Amino acid sequence: MAKIKLTKAPFKGTESQERELRAALVEIKKRKGAVMPALQKAQEIYGYLPIEVQTILAGVLEVPVEEVFGVATFYSQFTLNPRGEYNVSVCMGTACYVKGAGEVLDSIKVQLGIEPDECSADGRFSLNATRCIGCCGLAPVMTINDNVYGKVSVNDLEKILNNY
Amino acid sequence: MSNVINLKINNTPVSVPAGSTILEAARAAGIRIPTLCYLKDINAIGACRVCVVEVKGARSLVASCVYPVNEGMEVFTSTPKVIQSRKTTVELMLSDHNKNCLSCVRSTNCELQNIAEELGCNAQKYIGETKFYPVDDAHASIVRDNSKCILCRRCVAACKNYQTVSVIGANARGFDTHIGCLFEKSLNETACVGCGQCIAVCPTGALREKDEIDNVVRALNDPTKTVVVGTAPSVRVALGEEFGLPIGANVEGKMAAALRRLGFKHVFDVDFAADMTIMEEGYEFIGRVKNGGVLPMITSCSPGWVKFIEHNFPELIPHLSSTKSPQQIFGAIAKTYYAEKLGINPKDMYVVTIMPCTAKKFEKGRQHQDAAGVPDIDAVLTTRELARFVKRQGVMFNELPEEPFDTPFGIGSGAGLIFGSSGGVMEAALRTVAEVLDGKPLKNLDFKDVRGMEGIKEASYKIAGLTVKVAVASGLKNARTLMEKIKKGEADYHFIEIMACPGGCINGGGQPIKSAEVRNFTDYRATRMKVIYASDKAMTLRKSHENPAVKEIYKDYFGEPNSHRAHHILHTQYTVRDKY
Repeated sequence: MAKIKLTKAPFKGTESQERELRAALVEIKKRKGAVMPALQKAQEIYGYLPIEVQTILAGVLEVPVEEVFGVATFYSQFTLNPRGEYNVSVCMGTACYVKGAGEVLDSIKVQLGIEPDECSADGRFSLNATRCIGCCGLAPVMTINDNVYGKVSVNDLEKILNNY
Repeated sequence: MSNVINLKINNTPVSVPAGSTILEAARAAGIRIPTLCYLKDINAIGACRVCVVEVKGARSLVASCVYPVNEGMEVFTSTPKVIQSRKTTVELMLSDHNKNCLSCVRSTNCELQNIAEELGCNAQKYIGETKFYPVDDAHASIVRDNSKCILCRRCVAACKNYQTVSVIGANARGFDTHIGCLFEKSLNETACVGCGQCIAVCPTGALREKDEIDNVVRALNDPTKTVVVGTAPSVRVALGEEFGLPIGANVEGKMAAALRRLGFKHVFDVDFAADMTIMEEGYEFIGRVKNGGVLPMITSCSPGWVKFIEHNFPELIPHLSSTKSPQQIFGAIAKTYYAEKLGINPKDMYVVTIMPCTAKKFEKGRQHQDAAGVPDIDAVLTTRELARFVKRQGVMFNELPEEPFDTPFGIGSGAGLIFGSSGGVMEAALRTVAEVLDGKPLKNLDFKDVRGMEGIKEASYKIAGLTVKVAVASGLKNARTLMEKIKKGEADYHFIEIMACPGGCINGGGQPIKSAEVRNFTDYRATRMKVIYASDKAMTLRKSHENPAVKEIYKDYFGEPNSHRAHHILHTQYTVRDKY
């Protein structure tokens, strides 16, 4: 199957987010080709584009929801996965990669049970493979939210993740 | 600007109306350009690049299906450069195609296969990564196998532009692009109505009906089962096409003979059940008019349409006639009245219908379609499946004699027959309603205003001092237009007929598949339609209420239309469904 990553994390959108989206859509609807800007706005508000949000959008814009999904999965800027409570980023820059970031990422994938750009079903962890984050001296580097971990080895991972 | 454009195609001067495409101009000049993604009126996207031609002065080859003609243009449709380009394009498509052609349901009727052969393609020329997709066969009617999909988007266009159902589209991007549903759901979990127009336009075997032949074979070989079969009105004017006969050839007699050769002992005509539908629906309509019931009343014969209104206009469900469709009435009568007559348990009866329709496969599994406590219908074969079944069993269709249907349900009127065409149910109902209300025979049985291929037809008739306003729509896009009008209170019709497929059942999603070549340049639907009306005209029995089999069953069993028993056996209920 094609590589469309769907989230299993429950939708936690709030009423105020929905109000904000619906208000924004009133203006956006008047434009030609409204689906793209509407999706951008929705992602700005919710951080990602779950089925619940795409359904609201299709209803207001009066376009088939499958068409909205087609656009959302065409452009790589759109994501269907939320950021977890803890967002794990593994640097895949050249230095980190040479120092074993690939193995680090593989190990995290197994431990969290998710692929990059996905979020765990309980909504706690999300995973990214990022480009160089600019501290090559600490390679391989990973971050969890604002915490930076340097010179990470596969053996350290369980301990690091257990802090969260 | 002049209305006529003069150009040269392959050095031959051609004059065509302004706005024509190169493809159309070439056709007018007797030159065929191959196409794959192009479908007249619904899919002109220039995506597949199979129809490319050379235009003098143009930088590169152009897609003739979307390129408009210009004054003085010089076009070349078959230069070595053009042929080589088409060949490479098709070979690239084949590189990622599931080439299990020997056992494909569309083998020998596949547009990709035809064009590959025509161009002398090497199917193994490019070897590379291939995609894997699980087959989606959860839906009652439609099976999707994306390993055979060439991304022409004809199915997407049919779903959106003919039907405004819009549950399939292109998901993801680049090599990962595939046709699918919202959030990668199975078609079964969407608001798909099962009309099968996607199958009808698919150039390959990526879409097909859910095959039920094996179930029928099992039943025919089960000594405990009494197997009953009935054929829908429109099947007889299309089935012959699967055996090389001209479009629209009426093969009613050969079809009945073929069914007997396949082992069916009770070969009936659903035209009879259509007459029963008219009795129930006609009297239901009269009742609504007299008693101030919900108007306009809308027909409920087309299961694709019924599911469409349930998903999209649930607030209008009270407008639907509660009368079952002819298929379901056929099964319901077989398993009650007929089973009683034969002295058998309805559980031991197996009812098969031959339908132009894929949505009927879903309808048979609906709730409230089980008059005898078991499903009214056990198996539905489309026209295409029947043709395959006939071929598989070695029955020489074209050499068969013409045989009549069996009694008692082999008698159908012309009114039942015209159910197969958009406008037919309305006309059949009007013939009966007018005679019942006026209490005297109609002078003219032809209600021509409701005939024809137009998407929405309107008419009014004076019946018993009342002006009855009617509307007929086919294709769900047109149905949607009418429903919006009703919602806004802008429609003052009394009676509306709706068929899900454009043109009605003669163009159903289960009918023989016509290639883009036929769809783009002939009106095969009008041809089938003409045969239906000509056959009706030639019949002496043209009114449902005069059908002797209908009269007898009311006398023997139901008493009168809309009686308590008729309500129990011949009527149904509907379900509100989600929009997505």
